[in-house]
Amino acid sequence: MIGPFVGVLFDGFAYGMLLFLLSVGLSVTLGMMNFINLAHCSFGMLGGYVTVTLMDHLGWPFLASLPVAFLAAAAVSILLERTLYRRLYRASELDQCLLTIGIVFMSVAAAAYVYGTVQQPLQLPDYLQGSVVIAGVNFALYRVFLVATALAITLVLVAALEWTRFGTRVRAAVDNQRMARGLGINVDRTFAITFALGGGLAGLGGALAIAIVGLDPGFAFAYLVYVLIVVSVGGLGSIRGSFAAAAVLGISDVAGKYYVPQLGAFLIYLVMVGLLMWRPSGLFGKR
Amino acid sequence: MAGAAPEGVTPHQYLENQTRWRRVEIAFWLATLLPFVVTPTYLSLASQIAITALFALSLDLILGYAGIVSLGHAAFFGLGAYTAGLMSKFVWGEPLTGLVAAAAIAGLVGFATSFIIARFRHLALIMITLGLGLLLHEAANSASWLTGGADGLQGVDIWPLLGAFKFDLYGRTAYAYSLVVLALMFLVARRLIHSPFGLALRGIRENAVRMSAIGAPNRSHVRKVYTISAVIAGIAGALLAQTTETVSLEVLSFERSADVLVILILGGAGRLYGGILGAIIYMVARDQFSGINPQFWYFWIGLLLVAVVMLLPNGILGGLARFAERWQGGRR
Repeated sequence: MIGPFVGVLFDGFAYGMLLFLLSVGLSVTLGMMNFINLAHCSFGMLGGYVTVTLMDHLGWPFLASLPVAFLAAAAVSILLERTLYRRLYRASELDQCLLTIGIVFMSVAAAAYVYGTVQQPLQLPDYLQGSVVIAGVNFALYRVFLVATALAITLVLVAALEWTRFGTRVRAAVDNQRMARGLGINVDRTFAITFALGGGLAGLGGALAIAIVGLDPGFAFAYLVYVLIVVSVGGLGSIRGSFAAAAVLGISDVAGKYYVPQLGAFLIYLVMVGLLMWRPSGLFGKR
Repeated sequence: MAGAAPEGVTPHQYLENQTRWRRVEIAFWLATLLPFVVTPTYLSLASQIAITALFALSLDLILGYAGIVSLGHAAFFGLGAYTAGLMSKFVWGEPLTGLVAAAAIAGLVGFATSFIIARFRHLALIMITLGLGLLLHEAANSASWLTGGADGLQGVDIWPLLGAFKFDLYGRTAYAYSLVVLALMFLVARRLIHSPFGLALRGIRENAVRMSAIGAPNRSHVRKVYTISAVIAGIAGALLAQTTETVSLEVLSFERSADVLVILILGGAGRLYGGILGAIIYMVARDQFSGINPQFWYFWIGLLLVAVVMLLPNGILGGLARFAERWQGGRR
């Protein structure tokens, strides 16, 4: 009785960690610049396709392809930030939504053009397949790897944000952008770097997601909704909030599908609407 | 956006000036009759355009005038479509009563949700409209005993319009029907926008805090316009269900909400003809492009969106209006 329950809990948590990796960058950049970047999941999709290409066509090992996925997504996001996004920082939220939805449309069509609309196959290395049994509960090795990676990244992020000079600048800019500018912090540059980091993390998340949720051109849209839920529920600019929201949503989604399958995706939307009506600025949001 | 009243004009005169029918408008509505003569083989497309234009008009009321960004407006469109479809399946196939029923149901749900909508702004509002839309989509998906789920609603049978005009294969009746309903709803929206109520809505869009400071009841205004918009969206959905005699789950999808947003912005939000112009361009372009390459249609729409945001901040109509102003200014 307890065994399957712990298993579901763990699967949900692993799924939540995936959502966290995909959304943490968006949360921080939204909190800093109030820029609604709906194309965030396109960066994740890019990371996924980079991994698939490297592994299937060039024969790279899985682990070696992950950093490349990160770098590729980071490079593309900084390119877009410098050329398009920066001109719309003071535009209305509607304009920002539209520009980035346009980019999502283009990325979806481009992915369909290059790779076709089929699911991309991914052969995990042997050491990440199978599962371990601890205290009678089955843990899939890949999910253990996923959770460990996400927790390590979270620790690095939190530490970097708390104890480095760059982290201090980021926190200052999130708290009060105008004041930070007044103190001589180059907010635009800080933002560009944060944006690239966030895009890169999404790319990494996309690469890690293939083995669990698959990859097709619909990825950019399908996960956009989940990522937005995590960000808006967790509160803008809060890593802690995104982590908590991603864990709650991942667990409730997996547990809901497992125990009350007739509800389907109903539960996750209901949780979001309920939480937002209770706290419009998110669980950990200040504004 | 519409400029402020010039000096020396009373508010009353300002509204009166705006209400006057211009020659371009009359020419436009006469031109909507052209498809009957010029492109009789494309009447079903023309009917789809009229329906999409009506849907975009309903979104324009809340987004363009009251400044409520909704990512879930397809909810009301789908409600209308399912109401009309179910009505024809279980009660009778008379189209006009189906239209009224769809309007009533969509309006009721719109009124109920408007209490939530009026409380929030910014990102929370966008996310709540998105969430409510997705909830309804899921609900229709799981209630497959009623809606047919992912297979769509089967067995919709619509009687001839007014007992005389059958819905034929060429879409003559469909286009005439959709066009008349669009024109009627357009008149309603036009009257509404040029009333003091419409002016108050624009005030809310520009600065909600100041509007409440001068004593305007913002929330009740927002509730009213949201309900009206839901009714119009429901009618548009019912038109689609009745003229195509099918209802698929797609009427409630996020893509439909996103599409109508794109259409409205493309044409120009906050302008009555923006949605109509956007619908014409979008639907005709989609019809042409998807003939070549259905998957890649979205690439061009995406490129168009980026271009409109970067180069024409107020949509195509906004750009045209600026061009016309400059041209007239140059002539004087």
